[in-house]
Amino acid sequence: MSTIYILWLRQIKRYSRSRARIIGSLGQPLLFLVALGFGFGPIYAKAGGGDYIQFLAPGIIAMSILFTAVFSGIEIIWDKQFGFLKETLVAPVKRIKIMIGRTLGGATVALMQGVVVLILASLVGFRIENYYYLPIALVFMFLIALFFTGLGTAIASLLEDMQGFQLIMNFLVMPIFFLSGALFPLENLPRAINIVASLDPLSYGVDGLRGAFTGQMHFGFSLDLLVLSVITFLILFLGSYLFSRIEV
Amino acid sequence: MYMNQENIIKVNNLTKKYKKFIAVDDISFNVKKGEVFAFLGPNGAGKTTTIKMLTTLLKPTAGSMRINGYNPHKDQYNVRCSFGIVFQDPSLDDELTAFENMEFHGVLYGLKKKDRRQRIEKLLKFVELWERKGDLVKKFSGGMKRRLEIARGLLHTPKILFLDEPTLGLDPQTRNLIWTHIKELNNREKVTVFLTTHYMEEADKIADRIAIIDHGKIISRGTPEELKEKTGKESLEEAYLSITGKTIRSENAGSIDQMRMNRRMWHRK
Repeated sequence: MSTIYILWLRQIKRYSRSRARIIGSLGQPLLFLVALGFGFGPIYAKAGGGDYIQFLAPGIIAMSILFTAVFSGIEIIWDKQFGFLKETLVAPVKRIKIMIGRTLGGATVALMQGVVVLILASLVGFRIENYYYLPIALVFMFLIALFFTGLGTAIASLLEDMQGFQLIMNFLVMPIFFLSGALFPLENLPRAINIVASLDPLSYGVDGLRGAFTGQMHFGFSLDLLVLSVITFLILFLGSYLFSRIEV
Repeated sequence: MYMNQENIIKVNNLTKKYKKFIAVDDISFNVKKGEVFAFLGPNGAGKTTTIKMLTTLLKPTAGSMRINGYNPHKDQYNVRCSFGIVFQDPSLDDELTAFENMEFHGVLYGLKKKDRRQRIEKLLKFVELWERKGDLVKKFSGGMKRRLEIARGLLHTPKILFLDEPTLGLDPQTRNLIWTHIKELNNREKVTVFLTTHYMEEADKIADRIAIIDHGKIISRGTPEELKEKTGKESLEEAYLSITGKTIRSENAGSIDQMRMNRRMWHRK
């Protein structure tokens, strides 16, 4: 238990100390909210979609969780390069505990980031329609955080250095975000996009989050929850396996 | 003086093979309890690979090892509790303070809070970093980081301390200070020290016994005096050069590193 706790605490400390990183990572969601939210707002309203900020904000919250979580997972590569990973790997503790502590820490950091963006969105005009659903929203935020931290960890266990990072951002993380229904409704889409979107894990996270905040849904809570829980479980399993094979 | 003491590290016919290349080739040696044992050799000779096998980080291809009576492969937990290590490259968390780095280590090694705090204070005072305990490690100089790593490696009162080139890249004053600390620890805490270094005069001063490894094989061993006598040289540096030859190994090490990288990329295991 204490092993998991100290690894979790380390992630939190590192995050809360890097003010530049926190502030820097708020710029992007804010820009998206303002530029897309206000830019597309009138057209969206004219098309009969209602208030675009209401639609967009859950997607942007999910986005910031996605980016922070993947990044937290990928940080293992830093630990590998800067040697700290060795210190944890020669300690008399099970690797699975190291993996769990790190992942929970990374997911908590991503969740905190999501909450900050939620507050930011409220300042820009986003309204939570039903506060009773807030706990459900937090559950979805945490599941998104957990899944993508696990994914980042799994990928980082396979990489030797940061060179592959750009590749992952451009060919994995960005498509996951753009095709998830974070920016547009999943109704009446071309078939190909529809298929891709329903294979995209983030689609279910965004859907659950949007449902909890505003009541608008595509898949429904039970499907969202089922899909997210199953894939989170699978990715943590895979991540632990890959992490256990790291050699330093 | 260590003649009658038991062996705390026993290595028999240890071998590590990678696909096309043998990093450690059938080596055997013993380290006695309480001694300072220096493992010397050119770059790429197999020193770090050997340390990694002894410290459970790498599986040997063949051979047997005993660390404090335990098998590093089968009894990882007990072996890991038995040693502390200072790696060749720094392994501190720069974003944490000196104290937090110690605390992290203490928790991982399961030390109780009271015990942990006392020991952290004692060791940080010993390496003269107690005043700086609240500073982030990224503000530390290379020598301070090394001292902190040594203190950290000793936190869980290990029986053996592995030091892989602990003075690499440090100025002579710091190197001198670090060796003084190590010698003192060896005397006071009775910790066995297994070290590698490229500075022969340091090995000469501090080591009770030396083994020289080259191309994965141990090619000479003995006390510093014995090695000098054997080769008829005045200093250990000259003795070392006459044993290992004067060819520069860095290119060789480069290609070996390349192979290691390739192996890691394509054959993970």
